[in-house]
Amino acid sequence: MNLVVEGKAAFAYTAAHELDGRKPTVVFVHGAGLDHSWFGLQSRYFGYHGWNVLALDLPGHGRSAGPPVASVRGMADWISSLLRSLRIEKASLAGHSMGALVALECASRFPWVERIALIGVAYPMKVSEGFLDAARRNDHAAYDMETIWGHAPQAPLGGNPNPGMWMYGDTLARLERLAPGVLYNDLKACNDYEMAGEVSCPVLMVLGQRDVMTPPRHAAFLSQKLKQARVETIALSGHSLMAEAPDATLDALVEFFR
Amino acid sequence: MAGPKYPGFDTLALHAGQSPDPATGSRAVPVYQTTSYVFRDTEHAASLFNMERAGHVYSRISNPTVAVLEERIAALEGGVGAVATASGQAALHLAVATLMGAGSHIVASGSLYGGSHNLLGYTLRRFGIETTFIDGRNIDEWQKAIRESTRLLFGETLGNPGIDVLDIPAIAEIGHAAKLPLLVDATFTTPYLMKPFELGADLLYHSATKFLGGHGVAIGGVLVDSGRFDWEASGKFDTLTAPYAGFHNMDFEEESGTRAFLLRARREGLRDFGACMAPMTAFQILQGIETLHLRMPRHVENTRKVVQFLSSHSSVEKILYPELPSHPDYELCRKLLPKGAGAVFSFDLKGGRAAGKSFIESLRVFSHLANVGDAKSLVIHPATTTHYRMSDEDLKKAGIGPGTVRLSIGLEDAQDLIDDLDRALKVSSR
Repeated sequence: MNLVVEGKAAFAYTAAHELDGRKPTVVFVHGAGLDHSWFGLQSRYFGYHGWNVLALDLPGHGRSAGPPVASVRGMADWISSLLRSLRIEKASLAGHSMGALVALECASRFPWVERIALIGVAYPMKVSEGFLDAARRNDHAAYDMETIWGHAPQAPLGGNPNPGMWMYGDTLARLERLAPGVLYNDLKACNDYEMAGEVSCPVLMVLGQRDVMTPPRHAAFLSQKLKQARVETIALSGHSLMAEAPDATLDALVEFFR
Repeated sequence: MAGPKYPGFDTLALHAGQSPDPATGSRAVPVYQTTSYVFRDTEHAASLFNMERAGHVYSRISNPTVAVLEERIAALEGGVGAVATASGQAALHLAVATLMGAGSHIVASGSLYGGSHNLLGYTLRRFGIETTFIDGRNIDEWQKAIRESTRLLFGETLGNPGIDVLDIPAIAEIGHAAKLPLLVDATFTTPYLMKPFELGADLLYHSATKFLGGHGVAIGGVLVDSGRFDWEASGKFDTLTAPYAGFHNMDFEEESGTRAFLLRARREGLRDFGACMAPMTAFQILQGIETLHLRMPRHVENTRKVVQFLSSHSSVEKILYPELPSHPDYELCRKLLPKGAGAVFSFDLKGGRAAGKSFIESLRVFSHLANVGDAKSLVIHPATTTHYRMSDEDLKKAGIGPGTVRLSIGLEDAQDLIDDLDRALKVSSR
């Protein structure tokens, strides 16, 4: 679905369905440098099972016009504007990595949020100086770091659940399509993010046991802070849970949003 | 700061695509000799059919053994993924059929395998897809041949049979300026000798029958996508960027971004044309790939020794091997193929057709057959076999003469190969 949000072209994947005011809505928010198709299988499932789906391309990503939004807070505001423009009054969010912080921020500020699923989340989400610096210089090494740290250590030697696809290659191809500066923008937004308010809605945290980008121990503070949070840890998966463990991730989301 | 490191080529050749079988612990890739897969329940079945869950439904579309091969080749090439096919020819057909329909046009180098020339020049023309064959070395000709209806540029990394080195960076640049992808047949180079995606190609395929397998026991192909070509921005590929009534009105690019081409190739191409790879074939080709990094250097080493021998032989009129300064692509070869120009090359015998016949029939170690890239050394006479359907004019364009002989150098003792050639050359010159 092509939209105009805050005066600029934007895109949201709807799983080939028209939005229906009678259905519940789930908004999918991608991670740093990625796009709506990162949630391909999961967003399609919800679209065909009674939900309005809005799998977003954040500004400067995928089909949405840039520039990218500089802060997690700004990204949350942009999503709120997008939903207002569609006259959607209530929605749940599923965010991955940076998208999880955006979902968290939305839940802490906006009453329209019903539930949030935080996938591959850590808080604070500190990014190493070397990674940030490579991204700042638009050095390909930053794409390599995101690709390698973004998957479980066995991913390059293991089988992809999605037949015939090479996870590293897919991530790299997406990152190499980015405009200069977008990855740095996103990583900096993650690094700088500080939660402002409290979250009272139901929360699911889906963590990859072998995640080296946001290891499960880095989500401990958040799970203690969000007493209501349910934590699902998926064995064998790294940070790219939707690709590495697509069914387990989907099952966790279905159970939570049902 | 030292960044993380990708696994090396040799490690990927042995491991990529497979973790030990979760059901049995099998270290070797199991042969999943099955047509179909039991669904957990009706909901699971529906979600697999509708692409809401990952997995296998029917082995024409995907199979776990074949998927290991696909992922391994994609890893070795640096692509987003791959689709394995019944043959290299099926891979070329699948690429074309995924990108275009009647009324479309292809620009191709004239230096092609005879089978590819047949498909593009005759068969696809019958279905409304026209190909303009050009001199692949003439970069201006690529530019000039592009029309409004052009959808693809195509050539072989090392062109048959003159072993023309395709100037991938220059041709890709022309293609990308015209919003067109470059497809290359990388059979002769394999990912060990060249990485076409790093040079600018967008799509590639292999006849896996050749060096990838290496053993000459299985026919297969594999089509790989770099994922770098932006189909949406090009605006020329409705098959990938417009809703398709044949698959729930799916817009493949919108659905999957970098995976659009392979998604349609698999979900339409394998579904409807059906030229899939058998699991046992994938297993056999995987056995070959596990030693690709060991075999290719030996292929090149033996080839260099044979080329050196033939270069100084009085019965040889001309040798076409890009590592020789006399080859038109010598400089380009040094730039694009630093690890070697492969193991297939041609030479012209003095004495023309009669000498060629006598030469081939006198060989004892070389096998006279229609294949290349085997661990065993092979020989053929293109004008009467692989390229026999081509007109004299097209033959000449492709650099084939009546006395041209093509060799594929194997892994035997190099001196035995040289002795065999020496004996046959003596007989042919009598």
